[in-house]
Amino acid sequence: MEVLAYLIPISIGLGGLGLLAFIWALTHRQYDDPKGDAARMLNTDYDDHPKV
Amino acid sequence: MVPAIMTTAADPHPQPMSAAACPACILTPDAARLARAVSAAQQPALREHLIVSVPGMHCAGCISTVERGLERLDGVRAARVNLGLKRVMVDAAPGLQLSDIITHLANLGYEAHELDADALGPEQNDPEGRALLMRLAVSFFAMMNVMLLSVAVWSGAEDATRDLFHWISAAIALPTLAFAGQPFFASAGAALRAGRLGMDVPISLALLLSGGLSLYETVAGGHQAYFDAGVMLCFFLLAGRYLDYRSRSVARSAAQELSALEVPRATRLDDGVAQEVAIAALAVGDIVRVRPGGRMPVDGTVIRGESELDRGLLTGETRPVQASPGSIVCAGEINLTGPLDLQVTAAGQDSSLARMTALVALAESGRDRYRSLADRAARVYAPLVHLLALAAFGFWLWHSDGDVRLALNIAVAVLLITCPCALGLAVPAVVTTASGKLFRKGFLIKTSTALERLAGVDTVVFDKTGTLTLGLLQPLGLDQHRPDDLALALALAQGSGHPLAQALTQALQARNIIPTVLCDITELPGHGIQATADGKIVRLGRADWVGAEPPAGTASFLQTPRGDICTFGFADHLRPGAVQAVAALQAQGLQVHLISGDNAHAVADFAQRLGITQWQANALPTQKAARVAAMQANGQHVLMMGDGLNDTAALATADVSIAPGSGLDAARVAADIVFLGQDLAPLSDALRLARQSRRRILQNFAMAAVYNMIAVPLALAGLASPLAAAAAMSLSSISVSLNALRLR
Repeated sequence: MEVLAYLIPISIGLGGLGLLAFIWALTHRQYDDPKGDAARMLNTDYDDHPKV
Repeated sequence: MVPAIMTTAADPHPQPMSAAACPACILTPDAARLARAVSAAQQPALREHLIVSVPGMHCAGCISTVERGLERLDGVRAARVNLGLKRVMVDAAPGLQLSDIITHLANLGYEAHELDADALGPEQNDPEGRALLMRLAVSFFAMMNVMLLSVAVWSGAEDATRDLFHWISAAIALPTLAFAGQPFFASAGAALRAGRLGMDVPISLALLLSGGLSLYETVAGGHQAYFDAGVMLCFFLLAGRYLDYRSRSVARSAAQELSALEVPRATRLDDGVAQEVAIAALAVGDIVRVRPGGRMPVDGTVIRGESELDRGLLTGETRPVQASPGSIVCAGEINLTGPLDLQVTAAGQDSSLARMTALVALAESGRDRYRSLADRAARVYAPLVHLLALAAFGFWLWHSDGDVRLALNIAVAVLLITCPCALGLAVPAVVTTASGKLFRKGFLIKTSTALERLAGVDTVVFDKTGTLTLGLLQPLGLDQHRPDDLALALALAQGSGHPLAQALTQALQARNIIPTVLCDITELPGHGIQATADGKIVRLGRADWVGAEPPAGTASFLQTPRGDICTFGFADHLRPGAVQAVAALQAQGLQVHLISGDNAHAVADFAQRLGITQWQANALPTQKAARVAAMQANGQHVLMMGDGLNDTAALATADVSIAPGSGLDAARVAADIVFLGQDLAPLSDALRLARQSRRRILQNFAMAAVYNMIAVPLALAGLASPLAAAAAMSLSSISVSLNALRLR
């Protein structure tokens, strides 16, 4: 049962990582235009840095 | 600060060098960019964010064309397309005119409209929705982790392992409940302060008690903890909240966009120089110019110009009204033929438009009397749940000779099991599904209870102009006229922007009539068009100007070279699907009424075409509202559909109201539902869907009741374990959601 001492923190840590990623995405406006973002990857023009 | 900006702005859009590009071509845009960067560096604080609606964008190619195209425009620093909203956010240097952007987009092949940022509101980032989503995500994370640990406890973990798992669960669940439960605690607090028992009071109590008791059990090394049930309850109820919020915010933002398309600007003449200003900046005594086709921004007196006015949105009349110096005009009327200069007599809050809108706001507060199904159920349910839990607590306290812990455990189990999941999730699930389906048919449901009210409707009242009609006139009986008269009429009508003349032109061109050749065509605003044919004067215009008897209906008159007069009668274009919609409503057993501000002749003719037997003409705005109120006093549930300012009072009085998207802003604000489509046929479908969704909601209540009847006795008897509570709760939540999805 000692394995629990590793497994539980790992499972909670992984879940927390997912939660943090979601919170980051939410606060960084990643869900503002999902339809546009899906279309944008088909663009042929590249940019070297993100737009303002 | 300036150097920093210079370095980043010197080459804001690096492009791969093309071998074919000549040095000049590369140099020129660079120079322009540099100039742009310098001017931006001089006034860094004065950047403007402009929002333009571009409904025609639909693919990756469009995004690229629009963004790159706009960035080539001088003064544009960056452009970002939002494909979901069909908008472009333009980051522009000050001084760039919106009209430049719109013309530029038109050159690129995209129709664009300015959006008023104020009307869109500050909610563009949607903080409320985001906060809800955040709480939902946190409670989901907690639910999954706590459940994982709980499963281990249920399957037989004992002693130190069980205690450890309970402690970890507590460490996850308690902060989660404190954070994610806030919407429930806040509204429960508000309800208690107001002296009511809402749905949120038992929810909050269940969340708090389950958390508190489980913590106590954990400290005491007990066998049972309800952390999983508490967190799961929180998650399911938040899901319901979020669904409810989403469905309304989609409708609200679409309605806001409609309002934002009407930018409140006016042309003010300052010592004869025309200047675009915000309507809010106009003051009494200012001179304002209104172009043909424009809407009066203020109340005023005409001081220069001759024209005709369309008062349809204010009074429901289709016939244009003459305007000349000295005439009084009201905000909201549309100028038809010639430019008019007005002296402002009342602006902003004092204008008649604003006064009528304020009246509507007053009438609307009276509608709060409707209590939603969920509210009504909660009013019975909440006290019952509390009493049950209290009774269970009292009974077990007495039965076990003062074992507070056992009694509390059972009381919490009762509270958790009876917690109004069905009310919290079942209603939003149905409403969201139905709103989504209606949205695709063109109906925006603005208020949360509109669907329920729509289901109870047994009487439908229509306005005529702009609602059952498109507000476009169509010439009648063209075959009665001689072909050469028609050719002459076309030649004259072509030269005018008057709606009657344009309707005539369209109808005649559709018949492939070749216009007569005329000389000296002149338009006299407010009267008609005049020209010379074979040395004789011919005219097309108003009755008194041409020399005819004033007509009963809407008509235009042609004076031929022979000296006699032809009459062209007009009738309003029926909205497509209007006949089917009225027939379908009548087939469903609903009473259909037509109440219009137009004259009796036009209304009677129209009612006959649609097969409506109950109609009323020449109705004043107050009469419309009074008529609707009289029907309600008679026990009828009225659906009002109207588009104009004269309908707003009736819209606000009716049980539920629909305004077409083409209507006046005030009407759309007053209505519960905005109809975006042209074709009226889906109306009966919407009513059917509303009735169906009401049935689903009631079914969901029944399912929840059955589930409670089974589970509550078990909980009262002290037989419900945390596992049973968790299983029963998720089962009922899933079954009510699936039932909601059955809507067709």
